[in-house]
Amino acid sequence: MSSELRELYQEVILDHGRRPRNFRKLDTAKHAEGFNPLCGDKVTVYADVEGGRIRDLAFQGSGCAISTASASMMTEALKGKAPAEAEELFEKFHALVTGNADPEASAESVGKLAVFSGVSEFPVRVKCATLAWHTLRAALEGCDDPVSTE
Amino acid sequence: MSASPRIAGSASAPAFDVERVRGDFPILTETVHGKPLVYLDSAASAQKPTAVLDAVRRFDAESYSNIHRGVHLLSERATDAYEQARGTLQRFLGAADPSEVVFVRGTTEGINLVASSWGRKFLQAGDEVVITTMEHHSNIVPWQILRDEIGIVLRVVPVNDDGELLLDEFERMLGPRTRLVSVVHLSNALGTVNPVARIVEMAHERGALVLVDGAQSAPHLAVDVTALGCDFYVFSGHKLYGPTGIGVLYGRREHLESMPPYQSGGGMIRSVSFEQTLYAKPPARFEAGTPNITGAVGLGAAADYLDGLGREAVARHEHELLEFATERVRRIPEVRLIGNAQDKAGVLSFLVEGVHAHDVGTILDQSGVAIRVGHHCTQPLMQRLGVAATARASFGLYNTRGEVEALVRGIENVLEVFA
Repeated sequence: MSSELRELYQEVILDHGRRPRNFRKLDTAKHAEGFNPLCGDKVTVYADVEGGRIRDLAFQGSGCAISTASASMMTEALKGKAPAEAEELFEKFHALVTGNADPEASAESVGKLAVFSGVSEFPVRVKCATLAWHTLRAALEGCDDPVSTE
Repeated sequence: MSASPRIAGSASAPAFDVERVRGDFPILTETVHGKPLVYLDSAASAQKPTAVLDAVRRFDAESYSNIHRGVHLLSERATDAYEQARGTLQRFLGAADPSEVVFVRGTTEGINLVASSWGRKFLQAGDEVVITTMEHHSNIVPWQILRDEIGIVLRVVPVNDDGELLLDEFERMLGPRTRLVSVVHLSNALGTVNPVARIVEMAHERGALVLVDGAQSAPHLAVDVTALGCDFYVFSGHKLYGPTGIGVLYGRREHLESMPPYQSGGGMIRSVSFEQTLYAKPPARFEAGTPNITGAVGLGAAADYLDGLGREAVARHEHELLEFATERVRRIPEVRLIGNAQDKAGVLSFLVEGVHAHDVGTILDQSGVAIRVGHHCTQPLMQRLGVAATARASFGLYNTRGEVEALVRGIENVLEVFA
C-alpha cells in the first residue's frame, strides 16, 4: 500500500467512517442539506444553537469514508463552540486539506482533525472532506437552499 | 451471461490480437502513480488510436478551412473530408442515405435536438413519451422539459433487480397516446443490453417512433440502424475512440424532412430575406453555424479504425473479457455485482462491502487502475436498485485479462486498507 494511501486512510478516519459519532437527527435544531452531485453523496447537518453556543451538533446521510469521518469528527470538535469559532476552525481545516496550511501552526490548531492532512495529496477528495463543513455553515446561516459542491 | 447470437463468429472475421491493438493507442504506455495505466473507464470516454490522432493532425495541417463556403481549394478539400466522414458514418450505421446522418456535439445534443425539434412540432398535451428506469439523465431531462412546457406525459418502464427491462410492463404502457419510445441500447451504469429490435417492433405496431440512445452501443456492438428499425439513433464520438465535441444523430429521412430547424443561423438556410427564410434540406438544416469539422474527420477515422479491426471481433473480445472479469470478481466474497442481466456488454458495476465506491476509486487509482465511481448520471436507476453509488469498470477493445487481474488486485488492496 502506498504511503499516500496510508496517510489518507488513517485508523481514526476509518473508525469514524465505520462508526460515525453524533449520527442522528435533531428535531428542533437548525439544519441544512449538502450534496456532492459528482458522487451522489449527501449529508444533513443539524445544529442546535443556544445562548451563542452550538449546544448540540449531529448529522445524517450517506457518503464515503472521508466525508463521513469528516462530518463525524466535525460534530465532536464543534460542540460547545460559538458559531464564529466554528467558522474559524473550518478555515483552518480547509487550509489543511487543500495543502495551504502553515505546517507547523496548523497541526496544533486543528487538534484531532490533523488526521485529515493526507487529503491534500488527493485534490479530488477535498470536496468529500469539506462537504459537512460547508453544510454546517449553511445551517448556521439559516440558508434553505441545499449546498452543492459543484 | 448467455452467449449472444449478435456476436456469433464468422469465418471471414480477422483475428483479433489485443497486444497488437494496444500498440495503436499511445496513451496506454503512460504510468500513473508509478504504475502502468490500467484504463477501465472507456464507458466514460475512450482513448484514441494513432489513426484518429493522425487523421486529425493531418487534416488540420493540410486541408483545414471552413466548409461549404469558399471557392478556394482548401475549402473544397475540407468540404470533401467533412462529407466523406458523413458517408463513412452512414455506412458504419447502416443508414440508407448520407443525409440521414446529422453531425451534433454528442449524444446529449442529439437527444435535445429530437426533443426540441420533433417534440415541439409533433407532441401535444396528453401525448405520451415512454422512457425507462435505466436512462442516463440526458434521456430524462429533455423530456421533462417538454412535459413542463407542453404537458406531455412521461411514462417510465420499470426494471427487475437484475437490471433488465420488464417488457410486459412496457407493452402495457404502449397506448393510443404513445408517440415516442426513447430507450438506451446499452446501459452505461449496468451494462444491460436492451432488446431494442423487439422494442422497436412493439412500438411501431402502436404507431410510436423509437429513439435509441446508442452512446454505449455504437462502440461495443455491431450496430445497424436499418436492422434495428429505429427512427432515431444517437451516439458520441469520444466513446467510439474518436474526438470529443462530435457525435451523430441518425434520423430516418422522412422524419428529418418533417422537422423544423433546431438552431438557426448560417449553413442551414437555402435563402434569407427579411420577409422569409427558406431552410436547407437535412442534414444541413440541423447543422447551423460552422460545425466541428475536424471532429467529424476524426470520428470518420475512428469508425474506419473500428471497421478495420472488425466490429464483430471487437465485440467478441470484449464479451470474453467481461465474462472473465465477472467470474474473477465474483470470487471475492466482499464484492456484489450490480446489474446481472442475461445480455450484458462492456460494463462491470460493483460494490465492495462496507466501502463506499468513492474510496474504492481512490485506492484503485493508486494501483494505476482507472475506473468510474458514483451514480453514472443515472440517479433514478441507482434509487431503484437501492444503492447510492457504484464502482464501475468498463472495457474497451484494448483491455486485457492481465488488466482484469490488476483490477482484482486493486480490490484486494481496498479490502486490505479497510480491513
